[in-house]
Amino acid sequence: MRVLVCVKRVPMTGGRIVLTEDAQEIDTAHLGFTISPHEECGIEEAARLIEAHGGESVVLTLGAAEAEEQLRDAMALGIDRALHLDSEGSEWDGQATAEAITNAIRAEEAASGTFDLVFFGNESADAGGFQVGIRVAHALGRPCVTGLKGIAVEGSGVRCEQEVPGGRDVYRIPFPAIVTVKEGLNLPHYPSVPAKLRAQRQPVDTATPARQEQRLRKLRLVVPESRGKRAEVLGEGPAAAERVVEVLREIGVA
Amino acid sequence: MRALVVIERLADGVDELSLQALAFGRGLAGGPDVHALAVGEGGADLAPLLGAHGVSEVHVAEHEAFVSYAPPAVARAVVDLVERLSPGLVLAAGSDRGNEVLARAAAMVELPFAANCVDATTGDPLRVTRQRWGGSLLEEAELAGAPALLTVAPHVVAAAPVDGAEATVDTFTPTLSPDELAVRVVEHVRAEAAGVSLSDANVVVSGGRGTGSAEGFAVLEELAELLRGAVGCSRAVTMAGWRPHTDQVGQTGTKIAPDIYIACGISGATQHMAGCKGAKKILAINVDPEASIMASADYAVIGDLREVVPAVSAEIRKARGT
Ligand SMILES: Cc1cc2nc3c(=O)[nH]c(=O)nc-3n(C[C@H](O)[C@H](O)[C@H](O)COP(=O)(O)OP(=O)(O)OC[C@H]3O[C@@H](n4cnc5c(N)ncnc54)[C@H](O)[C@@H]3O)c2cc1C
Repeated sequence: MRVLVCVKRVPMTGGRIVLTEDAQEIDTAHLGFTISPHEECGIEEAARLIEAHGGESVVLTLGAAEAEEQLRDAMALGIDRALHLDSEGSEWDGQATAEAITNAIRAEEAASGTFDLVFFGNESADAGGFQVGIRVAHALGRPCVTGLKGIAVEGSGVRCEQEVPGGRDVYRIPFPAIVTVKEGLNLPHYPSVPAKLRAQRQPVDTATPARQEQRLRKLRLVVPESRGKRAEVLGEGPAAAERVVEVLREIGVA
Repeated sequence: MRALVVIERLADGVDELSLQALAFGRGLAGGPDVHALAVGEGGADLAPLLGAHGVSEVHVAEHEAFVSYAPPAVARAVVDLVERLSPGLVLAAGSDRGNEVLARAAAMVELPFAANCVDATTGDPLRVTRQRWGGSLLEEAELAGAPALLTVAPHVVAAAPVDGAEATVDTFTPTLSPDELAVRVVEHVRAEAAGVSLSDANVVVSGGRGTGSAEGFAVLEELAELLRGAVGCSRAVTMAGWRPHTDQVGQTGTKIAPDIYIACGISGATQHMAGCKGAKKILAINVDPEASIMASADYAVIGDLREVVPAVSAEIRKARGT
């Protein structure tokens, strides 16, 4: 079986978001970067599927040169090799991203065979566009189920589970298929030190797709106004309990 | 301008988020030319309700595909209407399904799509303000092409009934390809009811890395039970395997809006706060008076949760004489 996982490098913003002076980006001077939790679950699932069924897993990202770090992280979690689509720094909108990924999948499949399954995150952690996986599926003419919290291979297809109010909805789709997943699909493991070292030597193929015209064009970012207050300190340590219960009573919950 | 709003149906009516999207769409259209799409049998029964929310015409898509949720089939119904009605705007709720259906429709008509908008201004191009990072950051952007496809972020506008006439009803059958019939819900697995659910609870007692272990949640469970609330947690906790992901509050967990959120040993990362900013009140219990959460909490207790939380439970029992 052949499986592809598409991931995005995003900053770990911590307690407060600070923007660059031109309000085009988050100021990441003091921040680390990560793969979004949804996509980490995609990586974990892809690695498990290949372990169980044999075959090859590939990770793909469209991102700045530094996104190689996230590709290596994915390989440390069990992915065999990586494709890096260099975005040359700037962010791409959902349509342009989907087009670049679609073309890369076509080229990769022409060389090495069809991917039975392609994983995306349900939405990227930063831009939250909710569309790239769906657009790629449409372009490739493949069935797509979104927001999965459960997946199991059944014969020549997959059984997909989505969390909905009151339970889970089930879909069954044949290979080749595209799925978008959410955190909670599985519990990703931590990479071992030997796996991290091995990942440094695993292959990364790079391509530089042409950036299309942006049709959802970012003008600027704005940090929403916070509640703009400091918490009222009810007390220190267990002695505060009495005041806490008073407040709970005022709110009407105790 | 003409607006088309995709409605999500409940067993007995219309989802609240769809009514919010209708209010948003009506405002943006700037006139009464508001159409709604409801798929499946009985859609016509919604005409009085939708009329009361400003819809002039309800389009009911009928097809055997609609006996269960079939996302590509719904998207095809949207595209059929776009071709027939030429709306300037196509909207849906910023829900899982709303975002999915509009993204699929956008792919079919090769247009951009802006998810989770909180504001929009008509013009050429249309300007939107939309949520990033689960609402922790906003983006102002231009959306090229017509119609403009967008979803409305939950709870940024209220549903707003108007004095309107009942909507007229148009029934149609979309032409669906075999591919569009292939992806559909084939089974529903009911969740076992297990006490108060996180998303509906009035009180949520939540623990972060500061709880120290899975066992560290015993004191939180005790307090939650006394307050008939639910237990939540941060991602640091789910990643450590101390609690299941179904308990996680945040951008990639559950979004909640309880009367009070009691955050114990949680630092207040933006991605965590994205899940609990709908809470009416937030009480932070933290050893660190400088923790980020202090900037969004209403109340704080500075101290070790392992001492403070049991003391609060004891105080409640004392007051109740139990
Ligand atoms: C894309 C993305 C999505 C994410 N989604 C989510 C999400 O959905 N939900 C989420 O929660 N996180 C999410 N995160 C992770 C988030 O950024 C933080 O890492 C996480 O919320 C931190 O959890 P925490 O507050 O429990 O841990 P920490 O940040 O380590 O904070 C622990 C706190 O406990 C306090 N403390 C320690 N001991 C005690 C004690 N004995 N008594 C009282 N206080 C004590 C400390 O002072 C500190 O404030 C996401 C991250 C990214 C990048």
